[in-house]
Amino acid sequence: MTTVDPMSDKKALKARAKAQKKLQEGGSPSLKGTLIKIAMLGLLDAGAMFLAMMLIMKEEWGFTALLVAVTLVINYIYLKPGGLPAKYLAPGVLFLLAFQVYVVFFSGFIAFTNYGSLHNGSQESALDAITQSAVVPVEGSSTYDLKVVKNEDGALEFLVTDFDTTKVYVGGTDFKADPFREVTADPGLKIGEDGMAESLAGYTRLTEEEISAKGEEISAMKVPVGADINTDGFLLTPDGMTAEMNKFDAVYDKASDSITRLSDGVVFKANQATGFFESEATGERFDIGWQVMVGFNNFARIFGDEELRGPLLGILLWTFMFAIGSVLSTFIVGLALALLFNDERLRGKKIYRAIMILPYAFPAFLSAYVWKGMFQTEHGFINQTILGLSPESGIPWLEDVGLARVAVLMVNLWLGFPYMFLITTGALQAIPGELTESATIDGATPWQQFRLIKLPLLLVSLAPLLISSFAYNFNNFTIIYLLTGGGPGGDPTLRLDAGGTDILITFVYKLAFGGGVGADYGLASAFSILIFLIVGSISYVTFRRTRALEDLV
Amino acid sequence: MSELIIPERRKQSFGRWFKQLGWKHIVGLVVVVYSLFPILYIISTSLTDMGGIDNGTLFGQMTLKNYEELVDPNNEFLRWAGNTIFIASVTSIGSVFLSACAAYAFSRLRFQGRRAGLLSLILIQMFPSVLGLVAIFGILSALTDYIPAIGLGTQWGLILVYLGGSLGGGTYLMYGFFNTVPREIDEAAKIDGATHTQIFFTIILRLVAPILAVMALLSFIGTSSDFVLASIVFNKSEQYTLAVGLGTLIDDPHSKNWAMFSAGAVLAAAPIVALFIGLQRFIISGLVGGAVKG
Repeated sequence: MTTVDPMSDKKALKARAKAQKKLQEGGSPSLKGTLIKIAMLGLLDAGAMFLAMMLIMKEEWGFTALLVAVTLVINYIYLKPGGLPAKYLAPGVLFLLAFQVYVVFFSGFIAFTNYGSLHNGSQESALDAITQSAVVPVEGSSTYDLKVVKNEDGALEFLVTDFDTTKVYVGGTDFKADPFREVTADPGLKIGEDGMAESLAGYTRLTEEEISAKGEEISAMKVPVGADINTDGFLLTPDGMTAEMNKFDAVYDKASDSITRLSDGVVFKANQATGFFESEATGERFDIGWQVMVGFNNFARIFGDEELRGPLLGILLWTFMFAIGSVLSTFIVGLALALLFNDERLRGKKIYRAIMILPYAFPAFLSAYVWKGMFQTEHGFINQTILGLSPESGIPWLEDVGLARVAVLMVNLWLGFPYMFLITTGALQAIPGELTESATIDGATPWQQFRLIKLPLLLVSLAPLLISSFAYNFNNFTIIYLLTGGGPGGDPTLRLDAGGTDILITFVYKLAFGGGVGADYGLASAFSILIFLIVGSISYVTFRRTRALEDLV
Repeated sequence: MSELIIPERRKQSFGRWFKQLGWKHIVGLVVVVYSLFPILYIISTSLTDMGGIDNGTLFGQMTLKNYEELVDPNNEFLRWAGNTIFIASVTSIGSVFLSACAAYAFSRLRFQGRRAGLLSLILIQMFPSVLGLVAIFGILSALTDYIPAIGLGTQWGLILVYLGGSLGGGTYLMYGFFNTVPREIDEAAKIDGATHTQIFFTIILRLVAPILAVMALLSFIGTSSDFVLASIVFNKSEQYTLAVGLGTLIDDPHSKNWAMFSAGAVLAAAPIVALFIGLQRFIISGLVGGAVKG
């Protein structure tokens, strides 16, 4: 039978097309694979559900929506037949989005805010912190003898005796649960010899150790004496032994968005441009602010602030000196050694090479510490043993700006020359031998061969690596921060803490995390963005010129 | 003729040998001393039993006291080492797996935005994590409020940050390696009815297994040497990694203990240096690709 039934032919075509499609999609899934997939998705969904519940309880609707959306997308990707690329890319892309892309954009966002230790959160939390901390004693009210006690639930309460009337009261910080009440006539009350309450049945008195251990908690306690803490006032203890009547001094008025300080009547209006409560009348402000958008202010400060300009120019100049100096010095030493050791006849090359790689293999953060120890002025290894100097006449390596810069470059040379040696050796060996041979025949001297043939070829192949090395050293935080801490000079108590060897990135780190006058995350992020632009554009231009990006894909 | 020349060469004068090769050995010796003395210095300091650094001569004293003290269970050193090993292991395994998945997609599958995706991976990678410190700190402190298990001061929080940061470069490197595996192999498997997961896990990953191992070890070296991210994430000494913890031994001006620090440094560096020397061949080829530190 050679005739073909058209119907069965169509069927066969269809079946073949289906098989083809299956092949494209990656075959039909096995039962085991499907089970594993469903089990893992189930686990993931359960986790997401749990998280979503937690977020809902905290009323974080935005985050909940994001979580649900991400979970749904993941389920869709893995349950839908086909769509293979997404299946393989999803996990990585998720991490990349959360901790790299988002970090880049978030840095950009912070750069346009005044986020920092003075502007840490929302206006509500700032308001809360201000009103809670602005308290004044009620004049003319009595003072109390205080015994800090624990009630049956374990919560701390005040057991106080009025010095004037010897009436005894007890109460906790939550007026609804542990109301402040008089217990003078309570049969469980014990009065000491000094006429003050000693203990009360149902409460345990804290020992002195407990009081000193919980000092912070106790000094933050506000025990309201009436149902409305704002009008009735509350008891505070300055020392854990006595208590006094206090009231809130700062009262917020929502209608005018301002705080009134009751003791002198000064009005502080919320300023949404600066993120502070400020008083027009006296020029005062509360030093707890909130986060607001400040536009290009941080960038304007970088370029316009007189106080910043001086140190910044120095830092920028030194950053370039450091990065270029590091690349040049390591490259020259590495290249010289590579030329030297690239010699067939030389014995023991492998041993030399193995030892030379050690500085590069030794973790850089440890090297920085080791060199820091060796550079010590009085008993450091370099001064005392290598240079043979007495402790009094030691060279102050890390205490003088010029010397510290030399020291930093010396250390970086030690750290980096093996890398340059390795890559130039590789590149040298890739230069065809015929080139130098024919040059020799043409009568070129070794120096001419190097300068006119080898060096240009080396530079072509090594340029991208030299650029990466420049970019790396431009932000070489570890070596500077651990070796000199950016010093000498620089003072963490100043608003701008700039030392003699600070490069941009260590300066930025100190702005944000220095723990001095106050962290300024906004300004630090603006700097980060600028550094990225500087390094990025230098790299881009040079990569473009070496066409490295073109044959990437 | 040639038989005559060879003995002549052997007998070449010392002067000529020195001019051609001998001086290179002298330079080599200088370089060896230069490379080694800081390392010898730290080993020597770790063997002294004084707290300070005033040992004028190398190896003037030999005591294992510092090492014994460090490995004492009461000392935090072992804890720091444990933290470091945990964080670096999870990070290296995780990042290799994630990069391998992504690299498989880029290498074997054809889809819209593939080229753009690869390029943007490389570009995003250029934003150094040091510059994102503030943002990373902000994200982690926000996470602390919602999911404390991966917030500030947790190992998982730091691991997530490392994973996010390591992905771009890792994927690109791995993409290159996957491309060297002949496509005919997985096509043959496909025709035999293998699913894409079978091809990925049992064929491709097996074939590049040695490279995966090398990449995991490189990632381990890099992660365990990180100072700056670990220093902003952790604030309690029991959470520290070696990079952060060892520094605290000499940062406090009142209780500087260089000998102890040196012993710790030797213990921390030894495995890394050993790994590095063992992986030399791969690292050098990776370097030429501009992959590791430098």
